Amino acid sequence: MNEKHYLILLVENNAGVLTRISSLFCQRGFNIDTLTVASTDNPNISRITVSCFGDETVYEQIMSQTEKLIETKQVISIEPEHAVLRELLLVKVETDSDNVDEVVRTAAHHHFRIVDSHKGYMVLETSGSPEKIERMLALLKPFKIVEMCRTGATALEKGKVNYDLDN
Amino acid sequence: MTLNGSEILVKVLLEEGVDTVFGYPGGCVLNIYDELYKSSDKIRHIMTAHEQGAAHAADGYARATGRTGVCIATSGPGATNLVTGLATAYMDSVPMVAITGNVPNSLIGRDSFQEVYITGITMPITKHNFFVNDVNQLADTLRRAFEIAHTGRFGPVHVDITKDVTAALCEYTPPTAEKKAQKPVEYDNLEEIAEVINSAERPFVYCGGGIRLSGAEEEVQRLIAKADIPASYTLMAAGVLGYGDRNNLGLLGMHGMYSGNKAIFNSDVMIALGTRFSDRVALNGKNFCKNSKIIHIDIAKSEIGKNVPCEYSVNGDIKDVLTKLLPLIKEQKREKWHADIDEWKKHDHVPVDVPEDSHELKPHQIIRETCKMAGEDAIYVTDVGQHQMWAAQYISHVKPNSFLTSGGLGTMGYGYGAAIGATIATEGTRPVIHFTGDGSFHMNLNEACTAVSYNVPVITVIMNNQVLGMVHQWQQFFYGRRFSSSEPERATNYKAVAEGFGAKGYHCETLAEYKAALAEALKANGPVWIECLIDRFENVYPMIPGGKTVEDTIINNPEEAGK
Ligand SMILES: Cc1ncc(C[n+]2csc(CCOP(=O)(O)OP(=O)(O)O)c2C)c(N)n1
Ligand SMILES: [Mg+2]
Repeated sequence: MNEKHYLILLVENNAGVLTRISSLFCQRGFNIDTLTVASTDNPNISRITVSCFGDETVYEQIMSQTEKLIETKQVISIEPEHAVLRELLLVKVETDSDNVDEVVRTAAHHHFRIVDSHKGYMVLETSGSPEKIERMLALLKPFKIVEMCRTGATALEKGKVNYDLDN
Repeated sequence: MTLNGSEILVKVLLEEGVDTVFGYPGGCVLNIYDELYKSSDKIRHIMTAHEQGAAHAADGYARATGRTGVCIATSGPGATNLVTGLATAYMDSVPMVAITGNVPNSLIGRDSFQEVYITGITMPITKHNFFVNDVNQLADTLRRAFEIAHTGRFGPVHVDITKDVTAALCEYTPPTAEKKAQKPVEYDNLEEIAEVINSAERPFVYCGGGIRLSGAEEEVQRLIAKADIPASYTLMAAGVLGYGDRNNLGLLGMHGMYSGNKAIFNSDVMIALGTRFSDRVALNGKNFCKNSKIIHIDIAKSEIGKNVPCEYSVNGDIKDVLTKLLPLIKEQKREKWHADIDEWKKHDHVPVDVPEDSHELKPHQIIRETCKMAGEDAIYVTDVGQHQMWAAQYISHVKPNSFLTSGGLGTMGYGYGAAIGATIATEGTRPVIHFTGDGSFHMNLNEACTAVSYNVPVITVIMNNQVLGMVHQWQQFFYGRRFSSSEPERATNYKAVAEGFGAKGYHCETLAEYKAALAEALKANGPVWIECLIDRFENVYPMIPGGKTVEDTIINNPEEAGK
């Protein structure tokens, strides 16, 4: 079954580590849906959240192939129900005197933030789980979307977690 | 102590116990070579004809000794010439450290003369790679490279060093940290696995190259003897089973013995040791032994379930796992299972001998005579093609680490460099026989000059069938005998070329001539080429076509193909 999976990779914060990981995914034919990366409170460690599609065997291969990389410290598989998954959405809609009120009303009603309004264009922002982002995007269907971007999910597991970064 | 980068590099090589490096000089490694010159009493540098030869020589050195092989090349073309050698070593998990120079820091990223983004190129074909542009990082990076190459599943590591670093000064501190002691590993399913093996009716051991890398030959043989389990080996594991042992069913896979392939297919429990279920053995991954319970023991977690799913798995060092498993294994005899196998053995391909003076030289006879004459101690190295398969099928004795072949990548041209590396590594104390084909040998026969320069007594046996035999065989079987570009009609006079290089050459058309030439070659103290003429339609049997199963085996007749 082609399911969506989420992975967290804790990796050494070295130049080239992202290339290595994306090259590995490409080489093995794994399909990345989204990928986010940034350094963490530990300056030696970068944290990558990956979402990908594949059946269980593909997913296990992704885990073990990624673990095999020297710069990988830990690979954590996460279940969406046991984690906080968030992504950010920015959408630019075209506005005119006819619909501007409607856009503002929709934004207010559904808790979009209007972060910019500029000569007929408005940038709306929201964040939330990937599912919520899908729903929020759908709400904007009636308007003319000229540009949009989303970050892809980033995630923290709920409660206590055990990291093993010494190896 | 303040040292420059090149001095530090040599220091670390010495710390790591390196006595020999293979390489080729050039602009970006001039500083390193200057230091190697000064340290030539401690580290021997072997200059090959081509960097590919240096990489294969470091690989041969590593495979023959179990120690990490080292090669050095300059930036740009020097570095790209290492690529095939690194990929070959990576596929076969060979511990190697490749060092390349790169252009000075200020010229990096500017398409400078002989600049190549080589770490970008070697990333997917090395276990790990490093780019060093700061001398303060050099010593620890090199130490780490040696550690990575030779721990867990071995593999090649590449370190690219800018020219500035090789000249820059920094404080050198000898290594302080004691190597981390390996934590003892516990396996929680050994009792369960032992029970599965003990109660199996038709168990089978599938031996892979990991056994060699783990040094677990003895434990594997003990397991097989104690529980009376038939076994076969992959190309990478030739030599791990005792020859002449009833339970040794020979080579497995595409050109493996019919009886062994039949036995693994009909097994109820298969114990796969240090193998990745490659498509040369599990020719049809989905149907491969689908009726047997598979127990997979491997040091690389990523191999478990990669190509073929398994019921039981242990992620660990084979020697360690088997040492703990063996006491749980019940001693027993399996006459019924052997009786079935004996039945299949009747269908095994048996090559036909010809008289010694026949002008139809037979590969299996060449190989058998070689084994007899070269003795127990010989190291065998092959190139890639039919001759490689014949070597794997018919060599009748191999000590551990003494069958060197490019299994995973199948690199034609691997053999000569590797044989030179192996001979140098063993200081000429063991006969080294390099079986090659006319096609493969043409790729890197230029290394003869290296063998002559350093007086390396490698014996190269050229099985000259005048064709790219393995390609030719496929074309004969599956492409209506359209021999597209596999009959090159070369006019090479091997004896003359050997002599031109300053080596010795022989041309043989009968087994008697071959034996006489080999007897002389075994006494020579420099390189020898022995060319053996073979019929171009001499095929490798048996054969299971790719994607098929043992039931589709072609035992000895091309007419069976495509049925
Ligand atoms: C570098 C490289 N190029 C191409 C191949 C494909 N290939 C595999 S076997 C073979 C023929 C080898 O011919 P030869 O060395 O004469 O050996 P023979 O099969 O005749 O014994 C070829 C072309 C390869 N394995 N490696
Ligand atoms: Mg040939």
